[in-house]
Formats: sequence, C-alpha cells, structure tokens
Amino acid sequence: MTSSQSHRLASGGLIDRSASLNFRFDGRTFSGFQGDTLASALIANGVKLVGRSFKYHRPRGILTAGSEEPNALVELRTGARREPNTKATTAELYEGLEAASQNRWPSLRHDVMSVNQLFAPIFVAGFYYKTFMWPAKFWEAIYEPAIRRAAGLGRAAGVADPDHYDKAWAHCDVLIAGSGPAGLVAALAAGRSGARVILCEEDFALGGRLLSDGGTIDGVPAAEWLSRTLTELAAMPDVRIMTRTTLFGVYDGGTYGAIERVNDHLPSPPEHQVRQRLWRIVAKRCVVAAGALERPIVFAGNDTPGVMMASAMRTYVARYAAAPAKRIALFTNNEDGWRTVETALGAGLQIAAVIDARPDVSAAYRSLASKGGFPVLHGSVSGVDGGKDGVRKIAVSLAGGARAEVEADGLAVSGGWNPAVGLTSYHRGRPKWRDDIAAFVPDGAPPGMVAAGAANGDFGLGACLSQGFAAGVAAARDAGHSGKAGTAPVADDEAFSLTPLWHVTGKGKAFVDYQHDVTASDIELAQREGFESVEHLKRYTTLGMATDQGKTSNVAGLAIMAAVSGRSIPETGTTIYRPPYVPVAIGAFAGHHRDETFHATRLTPSHHWAMEQGAVFVDTGLWKRAQWYPRAGEKDWLESVTREVKAVRGGVGFCDVSTLGKIDVHGPDAGAFLDRVYINTFSNLAVGKARYGLMLREDGIVYDDGTTSRLAEDHYFLTTTTAKAGLVMQHLEFCRQVLFPELDVQLTSVSDQWAQFSIAGPKTRELLKEIVDPAEDLSNEGFPFMGAREVALRGGIKARLFRISFSGEMAFEISVPARLGDAMARNLMLAGAPFGVTPYGTEALGVMRVEKGHVAGPELSGTTTAADLGLGKMMSAKKDYIGRVMAGREALVAPDRQVVVGIKPTDKARRLRSGAHIIPKGQTPGPGNDQGYVTSVCFSPTSDQWIGLGLVERGRERIGEIVHAHDPLRGEDYDVELCNPVFYDPDGGRQRG
Amino acid sequence: MRIVCPFCGERELGEFTYLGDAKPVRPVAGASEDEVFDYVYLRDNVAGETSEHWYHGGGCRAWLKVARNTLTHEISAVEPAAGAGARQAVK
Repeated sequence: MTSSQSHRLASGGLIDRSASLNFRFDGRTFSGFQGDTLASALIANGVKLVGRSFKYHRPRGILTAGSEEPNALVELRTGARREPNTKATTAELYEGLEAASQNRWPSLRHDVMSVNQLFAPIFVAGFYYKTFMWPAKFWEAIYEPAIRRAAGLGRAAGVADPDHYDKAWAHCDVLIAGSGPAGLVAALAAGRSGARVILCEEDFALGGRLLSDGGTIDGVPAAEWLSRTLTELAAMPDVRIMTRTTLFGVYDGGTYGAIERVNDHLPSPPEHQVRQRLWRIVAKRCVVAAGALERPIVFAGNDTPGVMMASAMRTYVARYAAAPAKRIALFTNNEDGWRTVETALGAGLQIAAVIDARPDVSAAYRSLASKGGFPVLHGSVSGVDGGKDGVRKIAVSLAGGARAEVEADGLAVSGGWNPAVGLTSYHRGRPKWRDDIAAFVPDGAPPGMVAAGAANGDFGLGACLSQGFAAGVAAARDAGHSGKAGTAPVADDEAFSLTPLWHVTGKGKAFVDYQHDVTASDIELAQREGFESVEHLKRYTTLGMATDQGKTSNVAGLAIMAAVSGRSIPETGTTIYRPPYVPVAIGAFAGHHRDETFHATRLTPSHHWAMEQGAVFVDTGLWKRAQWYPRAGEKDWLESVTREVKAVRGGVGFCDVSTLGKIDVHGPDAGAFLDRVYINTFSNLAVGKARYGLMLREDGIVYDDGTTSRLAEDHYFLTTTTAKAGLVMQHLEFCRQVLFPELDVQLTSVSDQWAQFSIAGPKTRELLKEIVDPAEDLSNEGFPFMGAREVALRGGIKARLFRISFSGEMAFEISVPARLGDAMARNLMLAGAPFGVTPYGTEALGVMRVEKGHVAGPELSGTTTAADLGLGKMMSAKKDYIGRVMAGREALVAPDRQVVVGIKPTDKARRLRSGAHIIPKGQTPGPGNDQGYVTSVCFSPTSDQWIGLGLVERGRERIGEIVHAHDPLRGEDYDVELCNPVFYDPDGGRQRG
Repeated sequence: MRIVCPFCGERELGEFTYLGDAKPVRPVAGASEDEVFDYVYLRDNVAGETSEHWYHGGGCRAWLKVARNTLTHEISAVEPAAGAGARQAVK
C-alpha cells in the first residue's frame, strides 16, 4: 500500500512502517502508518486541500502540526460518533478511520458557496451588524437560520453520544504541563527530589519539539537522551506520565483541569472503557513547560493550501516522514525558520529559495544556501499564485523594491514564536512584551505556578533544559521535597535572531485568523470605525473567537492594530485569556452525570416491595416515591388514586413517608432552641406529645413545616418536608453554631436511619393491634391524638409511634430502623389483609391533604407568610424567633394579601387546573385585576368533584363569592367559588376519634 | 477552590455551601425593625478581604468563618463558628 503514499519519504520518521492503516477521507481510501496523525497521513498521500474556510469558503490546507490548527478541521467518524471540527493535526490515525471535510457543498473541490468570495466586500468585519439589521423580525426567522446554514463548519452527530465519559481527581506535589525538554527535565528533577509528579502531554508521543528538531543533549543525540530519560522517569513510582492529556485550565487553590483522550485514537472505546476522562488535579506546584507556537506572517494568499508553518513542515518531514511539498520555499524573519531548510535538505527535498525579511543571514546558513544551490532573497512574500491544488508560484518583493518570482509547491513560513501564555494568564494575568523575541511572555502566574523554557520565552534547547530542571527542583522543594536531584542536562542554545515582521501589504486577501476568515483589512477597518481596543477588535471582527481561540492569530492581529493605530504592541495589549486551552467535550464535563445517572437516586426503605406491587414512581428531588399502585383493569391513574383514597377513608391504607427529613434534637436547651427556630413554642410541649411547627426565614416568609415530637425531657424528634430536608438541617446548624452558640443542644440527621409509614383510616387501630405488642395501650385515652412515644412491636422490636394525621383520618405514623422498612411494608400487608389494607402513593396522599386543606409545597412557595397560610395564630407573641420582626413589616401584614382559600368550580363536572388566575367576576382579565391563582388541585372522591386550594386576595373574607378562573396557558375560562379550604371533616372529629 | 476545614482538613469546594457575609450580627430580641432590616438585607460589596460563612455540608456539617479575598479568591484563614464542635482556629 505504501506505493499510494506519493509523498511518504523512503526512510526516517517515528512511524511504524510495518503497521499499515487504511482510512477514508471524503469517501476516498488512503493508507498511512501507525504513528501518523490524520494530517500527516493526508500529507503522505499528497492531499493538500482538506477544508473550506468559514466565511468565504476558500480552499484550505494544513497549516500546523498541533492543537493550534485553525484550518484542517474535519468531521471525524460517522453516525452517532461523528464529531465535527476535529483537528486533523491531532487526530491519530487508526485502521478504518473515516473523516470528511466540512463547510462545502456539493464537494470539497467544487464548493458552490465559494461564490462568497465574489461578495467579499460585504463580508467585512461587523457585516452581520451592518447588513442584517432591519427589519428586526427577519433576524430570527430568516437571517440567522440562513447564516447558520451557510457559515456553519462541521455538523454535530444529532443523536445521543453512545460513549461514556469519566471524571476523576488526582493529587500531586508537582504538576507539569508538556513533555518537551523543559517539561521532561522538570519531571526528572522533581521526581529525583522525591516529589509526587504528574506530567501531562497532549500528544500521544513524549518529547515535544525533540521529536521534530532533534539536537544534542549531554553529548548524545536527542533521541537517545529522550529514551534514557523516559526510562528513568518510568522507573520512578511517584512520577505519573499522562499522554493524550491536555492541561486546559487553572482554578483556585492549585486545582487544574485536564482532559485525557483515553480512547480517541481507536475506532470506538473497548468495552467498559471510557472515551475521555476529565481530570481535576490538585497540585502544590505547577511547572508550565507548554512550549511556544510558531506564528504566521500575514501576506496576500497566505491561506493557500501548501503554505505551512515552518516548524510544522519539519515536523511532518522529520517525525512523520511525510513531505508536504517536494520543492519548498521558506519565508522567514528569524534564524529558527532556517532549520526547516536543513531538515528538508536532509530528507532529500528540494529548496526553491529562502525569502528572508532580515537584512542579514548568518554565515552558516549563507554557506548552506550556496552548497544547496538555492537563492536567498532579502525581502518578503507579497503574493501566492495557487489554489485548491496548492501553491504554484510565490511573488517576492525584494528589499530594494524589485520583484521576483519563485516556483515552489510548498511555502514554509516562520514569523517567530509566541510562548504559550494561556495557562499562566488564566487568572486574568496579562503577559508582558519582550522586545528581543518580539513576543509576549508570562508576567507572573497564578499562585504556585511557574513557566519554564519556551513557554517562558527562552527558546534555546540549553535554556529549556537548565530552566526546566531548576523549576523542577524549586517546585519539589516548595512542596517539601529536597532529595538529591543531580545536575541539569546540558545543550547548546540555537541562534534566534528575529526582525519583527507581521504584515506584508499587497493586493489580495491576507489572512490573520484563518478559522474565522479575519483579514488584515478587517482589522484596519475596525480601527477606522473606532474599534481600537483589543477587546472591541476581537468582538467586532471575531478575531480569535473560533475554536482555536486565536492561537496562531491573536498576536499578529494586535500587531497590525498597533501599527494602524500608531501605538506599540505592548500599549495595544492582549485580550483576557480564558480556559479551556483546547475545546473540551461537554460530555467530558458531564461524565457519568447523564440520563438515569444524572444525579444520585434515593430509594425509600420499601422501594423494592413497592416495585413488586407494580407501583408507578415519581421523582421528588433525588427520591423515587411510589405515586400510585395501579391494579389490573384500572384505566388510568385517576381511577387508581380514587380507589386508594376511598380505601383509606373507608378502611385503612399505608404510605411510605420515609422521605421526610428527620432530625434528632438533643440537649438541655433543645426546647429553648426549637422556640427560637419555630414561630410556635416547643419548650412547653409535654413528653410523649407531638406538635405541628412552622418556621420562617429571617425575612418573615415561611420556610418549612413539620411535626416535632418530644420523646424525652432533653430529646425532640423533628421532621421537615421532603424537599427541604437538607436545607433545614443546614439552617438549623447555622442557628445552633452561629446564631445561638450559647445553647447546649446538638442536632443529628436521622433521615436515612428511620423508615416511616403513615397508616391512616378508620381501621388503623385494628391493624396496629396486629403488629404492636398487646401490652401497648392504643386506645384514644392511652394514645390520644398528637401522642408520640416508643412502643414495642410483637416480637420485641422497638418502634416509634406518632398519632399524627395528614389525611384527616384516624392515623398513626410508625418509625422503625430503616433496615426493617421493607419487612414493615410486608407485615402491614399481611396483618392488614383482613381489613382490606391498601398501600397508597403520593398522589392519594396529596388528594387527602387538599381535601383536608393542609398546605404543602405549592403554598409554601417562598412568598407566603404564616398568616397567608391561615396559621397566623401560631405566631407566639411571648418570645423571639427567626423571622419574627421582619414578619411584622407593613406589606407582610397588609389586609389585602393573597391568602389560602378553598376553590371549587361552579360547574361540578369541570376539571380544575393549578396555575389558573383568579379574576373578579365580570372583569376582563389583566394584570390590574389579577387577584391570585390556584395553587393545588385534585379530584376529590369524597366531594365527587375537582377541588383546589388557591392564594387569593382577601380570600378568607370572600368565602362563597363566585370569581373567574382565567387560564391563558391552557385557554380555559370558567367560574369558581371561593370556599373553606377544609373540604373534609372540618371539625376534625375523624382524626381525633 | 479549596478550603481547609478545621475538623476535616483541606477539602474541595464542592463539599461546601456558601452563605454570605459573616460580619452582620443578629440583633438581640426586642431590636427595632430598622436594626433587623439592616441585619437581613444590608451587605457591603467588598473588593478585598472579607469574612464569609461557609457550611461544610459534605463533611462535618460545621459552619465556618472563612477569610477570603474577593479579588484573588485567596483564603487566608478558616475558623469554626462559635458553636461548632471545636474552638481552636486553624490556619
């Protein structure tokens, strides 16, 4: 298959020529080798055109060899795994890889939308704002969909991601970003010192630029030094090296974000393995050895396929043995660019010419040119003749003013290097300008972080080694490890010698931001129109706002802005750097928190029993609660719920209410404490009694309610609503620890320790007698309404029994240790069989509470006062309590407040729905006469009609009044009568009986 | 962000719940409506060192007083609330 790889070099490279891999790009089959990226394999096959640009649909090739790539973005994989905007330069080749170019129709070579280029004058910076302004209603309906269709890059899969993602934590002393020479020696030094080290490398191979540029370290070839170093690191048990892992963010307290592409290099993850893993790494120190990114020079036609960064070109030649071109020209403004010439010549490629913007070239390279027989032209590239098939000719403006032409099929460009200042700047740090390298370098860093080597602006191999090593030693020492680190490896520093050149003026489009199609003239236009600040420039032109975040474009863009606005580059400044450094899949942030594992699930103690009964479950917070228990032949939920309600009211039923929050309050001051958190008094509650309590927020609004029982002089058992269980615990701890530390009281959450069942209905006592020890007195005298005490069950198990009722029936709640909850449900069924015991769910529970006029979540809405709920009389005037003073404010005691009232439709057959607004009869509905709304509704089997509760202005004074229910959401209008909210057994005889 | 809980040691932000400014002191019983209003609603918008209440709900359930710089997020001191289990301040 190698024969098809027309641009594969005969030898060399870090590829495994014995492992040939087939892949498809835009439907054509190619082959490459293990060790290739998609980009290097395409290059090896002579493919130059890989995509169309965002706005103008210009043909684009491969610009870089790393994660900074703005051009070579493809849709990788197919079907549900199709991933748009994947960088071909980092996608590892695997057998059967399928990729497709983006943003073209009908094909990459013949793209209809390339006519956009003819309309280029209107696609200037800010053209959306200028062109699609009016009429406003066109924006959503016409402009935006059309623009999105025309300008979108890749297509999302459109179906759920079939793969799993993971999230994990890691901890270390020294975290290192990058495995180039600086990163490796930092790891070596820190590891030898005894520190726990994690090194993250985004590439699949370790070594950074050593893999492409080679060199000599400690007198041996870089490759040899590299393998020796990796062997030493591998032998250190506390050094963990993570490849395919990009450190993308820096957070407070030494927390870092990293994305590990665990299985992106395979067609699909092996069974039980994740595709990617999001790491949160906590490190005492961090060494950023993330290197530097070579930057383009802006000139006309600089986006022609075949124009490539000089360092990328030597990466493809040296590391991948793939020739991006066979006759190469180099355009450089610095000494480093020349290394590409050396590499290319070494690989037997032809050099057409070197266009050097500097007045002088070192003697060594001058002699290389004369030996290689190619000209050195002092000047700059002013245009490129070429198209979708690549570069053909290069126009050169010579320093003296003359023009020249160079024939070449590839153009390597080096405009210098920008240190990767992202990680060091993520805490709003602004990098500082260094004139000698004409680049921004880190100016400080988040606490605990330091940059070393090229990331710090020191590009020489010798400097990288000495700085990296020193940084590793210092980081380990700061983290408390000072073992013998030895000495730093030694290498020479290469010459850099750069004369800044950002932009060559000339005819034709000169691109700054390739991915967003921002040209030099767009930046000049932005300046003319007053968008001079870099932050404005960015947003007006979208410079640096694409998925590559301007890694190759930002500095050139602001250099051009500096030039046209007559300021220096440091005066112009940079925009704020923000994570993530590379795009991170939302799936990785979600991890396993999706679908049924989106959050933890809490199961009631009787859950499995309820499942056996065929219960329908409802999510209430984290809980799964049995909503109703359908029986064969029942046609809908209403029929089941109605049966359950009738069974309770006519006999006996039970319901798992373990989801209520339960708190043990212990201590000599327990009563005094409860007096301060509830509006009513608990210190005078007799032992063996329960009482309903209501607590307010400090602003006077109702917070939560529940019953609290006094089990001993210094022991209360408090219940909260299901929804607020955690919050009430937090609130009570705040009251105890912060507000009232002088009180001797302790709180214990026992929500999960007790299984609690409500047993309700006139036959409750008969059922209870079957399970409670006969010695216990359950008579009305022996266990009166609101009694609460520990009882023995038959068999000796201790339970807590509370005579409280939410249904309005004769009822008890019984608590047993949670592990006995399942057995309790089964025993209630057995013991209750002679009485026709019926398990009921939360729906029937809700129906009975509405029938009884009890308030619940919809009424405790965070806007209601105790008086609004009809519970104003509970507010003790004899003591201070949370919310007391604020509850007395004028508006909270105003006579026209919306208060709880009963609601029933005048047409008995009509269904009520919550949310309907209450309007005075005969008036046109509107905000001016909106007097409240329906909060809770149910079909009441007892009343044989729909009934509800509502919050209605002066509701309690208007009992009997007919008002209008207006439900614009459902398009319903009907009359209702305001009535007593207690529809069932208003004098409470049943629950006391 | 990481907080050094005086009882549990250094823990991750997700274990904690933020409440707000720890400076306002709840007025004694019988205080005027104005005093309570100030306590409930009035807060300084500090650029710099603040003292905040945090709750270690994912750990020991202690309420903590955390000295934090709102400009840098740097935490300079953490101490338990007066009524929390231990009385010893931990840096």
